[in-house]
Amino acid sequence: MKFVISILLIALLSVAACLYLPWWSIAIVAFIVSACIPQRPSKAFITGFIALFILWGALSWYISSSNKHLMAHKVSMIIFKADSPFALIAATAVIGALVAGFGALSGSYLRRT
Amino acid sequence: MKILPLIVSSVVTAALAVTFNTKLLLPAPLGKLLSPQHGIWQNAENDNASFSVDLNFPQLKGKVNVYLDERLVPHVFAEQENDVYFVQGYLHAKFRLWQMELQTHAAAGRASEIIGSKALAHDREFRRLGMVYAAEISLKEMESDSVTKATCDNYTAGVNAYINSLTESQLPIEYKLIGYQPEPWTNLKTALFLKYMSYDLSAHDNDIEMTNAKSYFSPADFDLLYPSKQDSLDPIIPKGTAYPSPKIRAKEPATADSLYLKNKGMLVMQEEKPDRENGSNNWAVNGSKTKSRSPILCNDPHLGLNLPSLWFEMQLSTAAFNVYGATFPGAPSVIIGFNDNIAWGVTNGGRDVRDYYEITFKDDSRAEYKFNNEWKKTEFRVDTILIKDSLPFIDSVAYTVFGPVMYDKSFGGGRVKNNKYYAVRWTAHNPSKELLAFNLLNHAKNYSDYLTAVSNMHTPGQNFAFAAKNGDIAMRTQGEWPAKWKGQGDFIMPGTDSSYMWQGMIPQDEIPFQYNPERGFISSANQKPADSTYPYYLGRDYPPYRGLIINRKLTAMSNITPEDMMAMQTNNYDVFAEEARPVFLKNIKENSLDGNEKRYLNLLKAWDLSNEIAATGPTIFSLLWKSFDSVVYNDEFKNAPTVIMHPFESSLLEGVLRDSNYKFLDNIETAQKETLSDDVTAAFKNAVVQLKIVEANGKLPWAKYKSTHVTHLTKLAPFSRGNLPIGGGSHSINATRDDHGPSWRMVVSLTPQTEAYGVYPGGQSGNPGSKFYDNFIDQWVAGKYYPLWMMKAGEENDIRVKWTISFNKR
Repeated sequence: MKFVISILLIALLSVAACLYLPWWSIAIVAFIVSACIPQRPSKAFITGFIALFILWGALSWYISSSNKHLMAHKVSMIIFKADSPFALIAATAVIGALVAGFGALSGSYLRRT
Repeated sequence: MKILPLIVSSVVTAALAVTFNTKLLLPAPLGKLLSPQHGIWQNAENDNASFSVDLNFPQLKGKVNVYLDERLVPHVFAEQENDVYFVQGYLHAKFRLWQMELQTHAAAGRASEIIGSKALAHDREFRRLGMVYAAEISLKEMESDSVTKATCDNYTAGVNAYINSLTESQLPIEYKLIGYQPEPWTNLKTALFLKYMSYDLSAHDNDIEMTNAKSYFSPADFDLLYPSKQDSLDPIIPKGTAYPSPKIRAKEPATADSLYLKNKGMLVMQEEKPDRENGSNNWAVNGSKTKSRSPILCNDPHLGLNLPSLWFEMQLSTAAFNVYGATFPGAPSVIIGFNDNIAWGVTNGGRDVRDYYEITFKDDSRAEYKFNNEWKKTEFRVDTILIKDSLPFIDSVAYTVFGPVMYDKSFGGGRVKNNKYYAVRWTAHNPSKELLAFNLLNHAKNYSDYLTAVSNMHTPGQNFAFAAKNGDIAMRTQGEWPAKWKGQGDFIMPGTDSSYMWQGMIPQDEIPFQYNPERGFISSANQKPADSTYPYYLGRDYPPYRGLIINRKLTAMSNITPEDMMAMQTNNYDVFAEEARPVFLKNIKENSLDGNEKRYLNLLKAWDLSNEIAATGPTIFSLLWKSFDSVVYNDEFKNAPTVIMHPFESSLLEGVLRDSNYKFLDNIETAQKETLSDDVTAAFKNAVVQLKIVEANGKLPWAKYKSTHVTHLTKLAPFSRGNLPIGGGSHSINATRDDHGPSWRMVVSLTPQTEAYGVYPGGQSGNPGSKFYDNFIDQWVAGKYYPLWMMKAGEENDIRVKWTISFNKR
């Protein structure tokens, strides 16, 4: 239960934080949430990772498909030198997931000190 | 030791955040760029995005409604005239902010701030040319006129209202990719933008190249290589027009022969120059030649093809005027278009209005220079050029009575240095009122309003075509043109006294013009404005061919419809090839050709002289001409300085047409004397070597060989469109080259209910993530047009209105 709540909280609070703060506020959100909700460090990492993987993956996929992937085609060619909207969406999800995952991991270690 | 995992994990988190937020490890700050709520995803416009919104601004005097049609063209209806410019500024910024700022940064010599030290040479060149100095003079003039000042103030306020409303996530994608922020707009930026257009259109001179050519070749050879006379010329104002005796008789200095025309000083620098082919076509026919009995006006300005486009289509409507056409993001008013009474269009005047003077300083401090037998004090302008990721560069530029010292030993435009100093005199340094000219044209109701309006246009000088609903048509080769003695300013001039300075400007009542001519049409295509009976010196750099074919067609046509005019604007016939191909076919030694060579020759023979997409003839002709030029001139130019004028195509063609023993046909490196036949045959064999490679790569069809592309201003390929299947070429009316061509095609039939058509190679939105970014390109490529809708009050519920933006006074 804690696991699901953590994921939901990290995802929701990340959306709220990013309305006003820089993108890396997702790390702070994950840190605070996992500091408040005690879990094993490995589990905490996974909550942060999954929360942002799903959030950023879903958001970018939704935006991109409403855009008929016009932008994703172009930007993937600029960043990856390969025409792949899917790769751009995947990269978005993984970057968010990694940063939030480590943020959550740090939060759980804070709890343990 | 429980704290250790916390520290390690926190450091890793921070390191990831920094890595994805900067370019320290990655080529781009990927986290910042890919955050769905901040980065590039925010620029991915929803396919069904709505542009409707209600906005409130205290700066407005009344209500303004903007109706966006299905092509995203705004139809702006304002209660108060000045509000229309506020909204124009707002909309330009909303759709094109990044390009507006980039172009004005480039104009001001500030490109290094954005793209780093690789732009430093450009920035120094532009500052030394006095672009900011010129914009400041222009701004003073603009602000001294109450109409222009109000227009600019409102425009600037509109741009800033948009900039101030922007959040980080709404920034145009280019700011995100490059990593910087927009700064506030100012009236000076509008002036800078206009100077950028002046640079593009009136800074093409060959003075440095011609000075070297004059120094290298004998006077006889020089005259033969660079003739000022063109046999094929059909001037804008037809031959036989009578001109009054001139009010200004520019006096050639006594020393002209010894110190100037026959002086052999050599230079070793190369300058940045706008494209010579920044040309255009415009013409108007009166009712005697049209099916509707009303005039039709046509215009297609040829400029560099970029995305986002230089142009933005708009309708501006107030109680005082109602105008539709192409606008410049960066400046108020409609630049080329039509209103309820008239239509107008421009082509570039192209005369040499930028000259250089050699300055003699007393010493290296450049504090004093010799002028009229005394030492005159220099004024210095210190420019601090900020450079991204580097220390600022400080350049001090000396200003003389002629203008800024553009080239000296510290700056030779990126080439070898010499120890001389060259000041530049450019008409764009004079006060100018081009914004007032366009403002008045937007309001003009008849010929006399048009005359008053265009007389304010000084630099860049333009050939203004005009047509009105009352049946009038007119052409004016408008501009502020120095009254020069023959040869003045063709080369770098001595700058130690006033004798070589410009002695005045050609009076406005002596500007060549035509009003309702008997032939029933007026036209211009950048050719020489008048024949040799015009009493002022006109210089020598004018392309003659497009003008020839336009006049030939218009003379022959009758019962013209707008569709006929569209077909004419997109016509690919090559009149240069019409004159040059017979020279090749008549003189080639066919019996010396092998099978492959004969095959290409037959393709050239069978060509119908039209530069069509799939035709192979234009590719063969184009390579053959280049090869012929090399065979004829390479020997003479082998030891010439690298910076030297190359003879024009028309000079070579007319040289061999006039005299089949044209002096340069002989290869001076061989013992025997080569003939035209020898050169043509050798050129053909050389061309075939290249043609085989071109054909092996599948690029023999003309459009594939020419490869027209519309490139994003950053040159990023994914934001650009390439390999467009379009015909035409330099000498066709459809003057589409690789990166250059008709940047706005417009046909306006001035029937009681105006019927207008237009298209430009771009789209209304500057956002590469919008479907409106490049949606006009295919239409443009196909030679098709959009009907231009002059919306009327009361048509708010028309099916063409897709979105409404209402601007309210708050």
